[in-house]
Amino acid sequence: MMASSYNAKDEDGHITVSGPGGGTLKNKKPDNTAFKQQRLPAWQPILTAGTVLPAFFIIGLIFIPIGIGLYVTSNNIKELEIDYTGVDMSSPCFNCSQNFSWNSTRPCTCTIPFYLEQAFESNVFMYYGLSNFYQNHRRYVKSRDDSQLNGDIEALLNPSKECEPYARNENKPIAPCGAIANSMFNDTLELFYIDPNGTKIQIPLMKKGIAWWTDKHVKFRNPGGNNPNLTAVFQGTTKPVNWRKPVYELDTDSENNGFINEDFIVWMRTAALPTFRKLYRIIQKKNSMIPTLPRGNYTLEVVYNYPVGSFEGRKRMILSTISWMGGKNPFLGIAYITVGSICFFLGVVLLIIHHKYGNRNNSADITN
Amino acid sequence: MGWNSPLARLRDALRGQRVRERDIRKLVSNLPYEGLEKMKQPNRHFPGNAIKTTKYTLLFFIPMNLFEQFHRLANIYFLGLAILNFVPVVNAFQPEVALIPICVILALTALKDGWEDFRRYQSDRKLNNTPCFIYCRKEQQFVERRWKDVRVGDFVKVICNEIIPADLLLLHTSDPNGVCHIETANLDGETNLKQRRVVPGLSTSTSEFEPESFNGVVVCERPNNNLNHFKCYVEKPDNVKVGIGIESLLLRGCTVRNTDHTVGFVVYAGHETKSMLNNNGPRYKRSKLERKLNTDVIFCIILLFAMCLVGALGHFSWLQELPSVPPYLVPDSHGHLDSPALSGFYMFFTMIILLQVLIPISLYVSIELVKIGQVFFITNDIDLYDEESDTPMQCRALNITEDLGQIQYIFSDKTGTLTENKMVFRRCTVMGTEYPHCENAVRLAVLDEPDSEEEVIFNQRPWPPQSRWTPDTEDADPAGTPHYHGSRHRGKVAESAQRDVAFSSPLETEVVPDRKLLQQIRRTESSSSSSSSGKTDPYLDFFLALAICNTVVVSTATVRRQRESGCPRSSQTSNPFETFSHLVRKVGSFRQTISSWRPMSNRSRTSSNCSVLEEDHFNSLAKTGNCGGRKSTGPQTQDTSPSLRYEAESPDEAALVHAAKAYGFTLLARTPGSVTVRLPCGEELVFEVLDTLAFDSHRKRMSVLVRHPVTSELVLYTKGADYAIMELLGTPYAEQLKGKQKRIAADTQRHLDCYAKEGLRTLCFTKKVLSERAYKDWSVSRQGALAAIDNREKLIMDTAGLLETNLTLLGATGIEDRLQESVPDTIVALREAGIQVWVLTGDKPETAVNIGYACRLLDEGDLVINMSSKNKLMCVSILDCTLEEVRRYGNDPTGLAPTISLVIDGRTLAMALESDLVDRFVDLARRCRSVLCCRVTPLQKSAVVKVIREKLKVMTLAVGDGANDVNMIQAADVGIGISGQEGMQAVMASDFAISRFKHLKKLLLVHGHWCYTRLANMIIYFFYKNVAYVNLLFWYQFFCGFSGTAMIDYWLMIFFNLFFTSAPPIMFGIMDKDVSAETLLGLPELYRTGQGTGEYKFSTFWTAMLDAFYQSLVCFFIPYWVYEDSDIDVFTFGTPLNTVSLFTILLHLSIEIKTWTVVHWVIMLGSVAVYFIVTLAYSAICVTCNPPSNPYWILQSQMADPMFYLTCIITTVLALLPRYMFHVLRNTLAPSPLVRARHLDRLDPSVREQWIKEWKSFRGAGDLSKLTRSPTLETTEDTSPASPSPSDITTAEITLNVITESYQSTVQL
Repeated sequence: MMASSYNAKDEDGHITVSGPGGGTLKNKKPDNTAFKQQRLPAWQPILTAGTVLPAFFIIGLIFIPIGIGLYVTSNNIKELEIDYTGVDMSSPCFNCSQNFSWNSTRPCTCTIPFYLEQAFESNVFMYYGLSNFYQNHRRYVKSRDDSQLNGDIEALLNPSKECEPYARNENKPIAPCGAIANSMFNDTLELFYIDPNGTKIQIPLMKKGIAWWTDKHVKFRNPGGNNPNLTAVFQGTTKPVNWRKPVYELDTDSENNGFINEDFIVWMRTAALPTFRKLYRIIQKKNSMIPTLPRGNYTLEVVYNYPVGSFEGRKRMILSTISWMGGKNPFLGIAYITVGSICFFLGVVLLIIHHKYGNRNNSADITN
Repeated sequence: MGWNSPLARLRDALRGQRVRERDIRKLVSNLPYEGLEKMKQPNRHFPGNAIKTTKYTLLFFIPMNLFEQFHRLANIYFLGLAILNFVPVVNAFQPEVALIPICVILALTALKDGWEDFRRYQSDRKLNNTPCFIYCRKEQQFVERRWKDVRVGDFVKVICNEIIPADLLLLHTSDPNGVCHIETANLDGETNLKQRRVVPGLSTSTSEFEPESFNGVVVCERPNNNLNHFKCYVEKPDNVKVGIGIESLLLRGCTVRNTDHTVGFVVYAGHETKSMLNNNGPRYKRSKLERKLNTDVIFCIILLFAMCLVGALGHFSWLQELPSVPPYLVPDSHGHLDSPALSGFYMFFTMIILLQVLIPISLYVSIELVKIGQVFFITNDIDLYDEESDTPMQCRALNITEDLGQIQYIFSDKTGTLTENKMVFRRCTVMGTEYPHCENAVRLAVLDEPDSEEEVIFNQRPWPPQSRWTPDTEDADPAGTPHYHGSRHRGKVAESAQRDVAFSSPLETEVVPDRKLLQQIRRTESSSSSSSSGKTDPYLDFFLALAICNTVVVSTATVRRQRESGCPRSSQTSNPFETFSHLVRKVGSFRQTISSWRPMSNRSRTSSNCSVLEEDHFNSLAKTGNCGGRKSTGPQTQDTSPSLRYEAESPDEAALVHAAKAYGFTLLARTPGSVTVRLPCGEELVFEVLDTLAFDSHRKRMSVLVRHPVTSELVLYTKGADYAIMELLGTPYAEQLKGKQKRIAADTQRHLDCYAKEGLRTLCFTKKVLSERAYKDWSVSRQGALAAIDNREKLIMDTAGLLETNLTLLGATGIEDRLQESVPDTIVALREAGIQVWVLTGDKPETAVNIGYACRLLDEGDLVINMSSKNKLMCVSILDCTLEEVRRYGNDPTGLAPTISLVIDGRTLAMALESDLVDRFVDLARRCRSVLCCRVTPLQKSAVVKVIREKLKVMTLAVGDGANDVNMIQAADVGIGISGQEGMQAVMASDFAISRFKHLKKLLLVHGHWCYTRLANMIIYFFYKNVAYVNLLFWYQFFCGFSGTAMIDYWLMIFFNLFFTSAPPIMFGIMDKDVSAETLLGLPELYRTGQGTGEYKFSTFWTAMLDAFYQSLVCFFIPYWVYEDSDIDVFTFGTPLNTVSLFTILLHLSIEIKTWTVVHWVIMLGSVAVYFIVTLAYSAICVTCNPPSNPYWILQSQMADPMFYLTCIITTVLALLPRYMFHVLRNTLAPSPLVRARHLDRLDPSVREQWIKEWKSFRGAGDLSKLTRSPTLETTEDTSPASPSPSDITTAEITLNVITESYQSTVQL
């Protein structure tokens, strides 16, 4: 670096001459600032039994009540789960499960009676659950076209290649394209209350409000803006292979049709785990006097369309009330109680340790 | 411009290639060919003077830079992954997105490279366009051109204070003696002036040089990078060859000083100049930690492959289990599904892409950043700044800061490193009589008090020696010399505190003559003045030898000091005494100072002025020198004496010249052909110098051959190390002194031994009178040697040896080299830190041992083994014998053995380092507490370092200040140069440059420790961080059919590593401070934590890995169980995972951070804030921006859910609980010394001081390894070794000394 080194020196010389104050002497002495001398005021915690004791007790004391609260809340949530896959001979849906096919024209219906032992007081959420369905498979997750679902006409007619091989069928673009849409859950579930006197009362199921607000209003849009004539809008496209009817016939309500059909939106939000549930309907509480679902006999009528045999899956219907913490899950409560207890226990252990050994750590005892 | 056929051009180009490659070049002047076309130019094949140091051109920057960058393995890995992503069956992410990381890294690096290259381009352009003067035949004069126009064969004129544009053969100077002074500071940092002389026999002595008359052929060797050698001869038309060495070559980059103008012939230009050939970029050293880190990276790669294999096999078996094709299995675009085996195979690569972050590529970038930060703090440490020389610490190697924290062996030079290298003449012996110079000793003793130094000097000032001998200095010469007089004084005042202005500090210049010796000289003077033959009195000869036999250049200082006049005088104001004395002095020379200011300021304004000013002064000096013969004392010469300034290459020489001056033998001027000395009587003698046999490390002596002006005798004065001289003593000085001569030699030897025991450096002086005929004979062979091109050095050395025989001993001198301040303290501290300190010196064993005791390298209680043998057999037996003895001590179970020190001399060392003995030697040395190697050559120094480093596998550090330490500095793991008195060569070769030895203490104990712990912890943390994060993805694979899905948006994953979690570890690596500097300095034992494997151990790495696995399990499975069987979607599930791992990773770091400053808080909280802001913004904006993954509104909806917070809290707590507990338990139950030290840190400083003292006193001689092992201090007390009982030592010492001494006696026989 000979050449460049004398350049550097020349530059230095230059600075010396033209330095501030004209001819002030350049001093290479480093600045004596706290930062440069690494003397910034600092907090130096040392983790020893004595210093962390309070933290453990505090964590314990906070976690245990939270855990109890969570556990109680979770226990108060009422949940009922009915498996209607029909793998057992005894199951009412056994027949339907045996002769399925994606394209069977004749719907197979089965009825499952069940008894609700406890009344569901508040709003009841009705879910369908699938297990062993890997909606999170890498290629499956990708197999969609968000632009198309967002109402982009261009994408509607030319689905992204991510949708392959479900992008086109018979040279027509598929709307909605992709494997996710293609495999949409298409069982129909209906719930009937059997009066103590034997009459069968259909329970009204809300099909709106089950999707995220942002999904319904921002992410998913029908092409053609607010054009109510969806048939015209979807002109030139074809339905997904496994679907029975085109996307614009999913519902009669134009607010819930096409891409903004909430069942569709819910399905498109791919589940994180292979065993999942998806919100199907909401049973609104009518008034505060009568429980939403009183105790008694019910039947679940299923139009059995969705085949799960190919992946040894299970289909369930779940009825659940909801609290601030979502569905029934005692895990978090137990976890909090456990961790809180562990912390408390460790706190006690540390207390003992601190009493036995802790004194030695004070530097006052170094000379002991 | 004639037309040439392309063929002819091609042929010419080929010929040019051959000419350039040839070993010998023939160059002729360009002038006869001026104006001709290019093909006719004789020197057209050699490159021009334009330089281009840029790597790239504007047009090809991108491809060339990319090519450069892909030389790095890491980048290739990255690129490979990116390409893999474009393979559809394998890709894990959007291929375009996968390019982002590599693009970012490549772009950043390219930007940095581009900027650097641009800076180089700018400086090149500036250099190439610097004006210079080239002779033009058309205009018959030198015309102004640019540097880039200079071609080989041109004649270039360089004016005073200008930089030399190319390597020039010096043909003419304005100096009538044909001397030119250059300053090579730009090349090697040495500030003393060097003399170059005109090629003899070429230029006529006329004042103007006629380039057109030059008609010789310059034959020179091929360009090489050796700055100190040049082989060339000029063949004149009459076939006479004139040999030329480096002494006639002006190197590009040097500055011409003290000479009005010079004319040179361009030999090498541009990139072929020696300075450019030396320009080979910064060295790259790889630190120990980095080497270790690479093995861990390999572990990571193995881990990655294992995980990918699990993924591939898992995917395969998952597919196998499926009864038929489920709807979620997406076939390829043709509706075809791969077989499970093939899918599994593809999955392996997908997994590599998915889990690529496991290989911490960003680690390398981060380490570089951290090191820049560390270097910043080291260089800015005010404690490593030297006020005197205004030099802060310099880090020349940027990438081995952490090695400073792991040093186990220090190899130190003695002179200039442990000592000041400010030589002080202490005593001398002449003709067998010792003159102890008691007065001088008293004065020096007073000076040892550092605070009073300046004051004492001030008091001394009224009677500088010259005023005594030449009392008539009052009258000034009208020719403007008083200016110099004044400025000289001023200069001296300013320089007294300034070390780099070489050897003029009052300490060396002022020698109080010994009264007895003074009388002796007076006596001989008066007696001899009557007869001219009396000039050969041995006393006079001794002092003449002192004054003449050296290479000291007398300069008149002011001109070149102009550069340094800008240096801070404020630096010395810290001392109240200084300021006071300063003031008084200023008043004293007030008038002169004023008058001196005017020319000074003039000069700094216009450099051309200076030449005029100087010229008259130089002429006056030159006249003095030229008049020859005797010259009576005139006012003119008297006036120059106060402004004499000695520029010596070695401080010994300066000290000797000053000593001679104190006795009235003043060296007035030195030109290549003559030396002017003023005798005490005021008479001036001009000695014709016939030859100078320069010092070299083989001969260990130098000689000057002069013709005595009075007697016309040819006298050879030789000085050198005693062992190099004593062998050469021959015929007696005078016939009648035959018996006496032997006695003198014996007495002198005795005195020398005595000096050495006192720690003085000794030099012997001899004289030899030659006959004319003998000289003529010798001269012929000498000329032949000088003109030789091959083997020149050896021939020159041999001829020198021919002459240096049959010498007559005149006397010897003892020069003191004082220890630098706080050297003993530093050595003790380094020793306590578990570092073995070796001293390698060229001095005599006695001197070295003495210094060893002085700097507490050796203790009184030590068992000192002295190894010195002349033949190998003896060496073997000594080695075996001592080894046996030492082993016995080592096996002593009581631990009562005394510490052992080894003193070994160069000859024995050479034998011990032979391959059959080296293992035994190393084994012995390993057991010794300190080792002193004496009389070692530079090559041996580096050999020792290499042997210890390789045999013991330890970290070595070499510290030195001189050119003789360069080998050693380069051989060690860490080389430290001390920018002291011996120029800058050591600094140039070093990794770190300090200005005092004591700085080593803070550099190692504090900065070394910090840098090491910081970097080690940061690297471990980095591995942990990547594994912890990547494992989240891995665990998820078990729930997605091993299909390679990521539950976190890819952008957020990139951001996670790039923004959210990158700053905290870097800050941690730069700023964390486990123990304060004060405590580290107070308890050097703490340094031991870094030695050997240190904190970055195999176990630490794997603990971190296990912890990472545990944490990732917690971070994955708690959210998993929370959200199990719910309607959670992929990214909504990933969001709490991402958040939790961010918190875990940051809080994990905050457990590791020992010191929280504002910066820490800002960066930690800032990282969290950035995470939330960026993620919120991203998930608010991105509706369809990154298909198909889509995190739209997910974090927002999660943050509205209390479960999210509850999950995050418990996961983080549970994840960190073990590590937290581990730290707590370890700190409580078995606190490491570092933790104890941190406890100390929290105490009040005064209380802390006391504790440190008590800790130390309690520990006694105990070593910390025991302390580290035992959790409590009580046990240490039990096991700490009591000091050895006296009987043990004495018996042991006696036996060993008997052994060694018996060997020595045999040796001497």
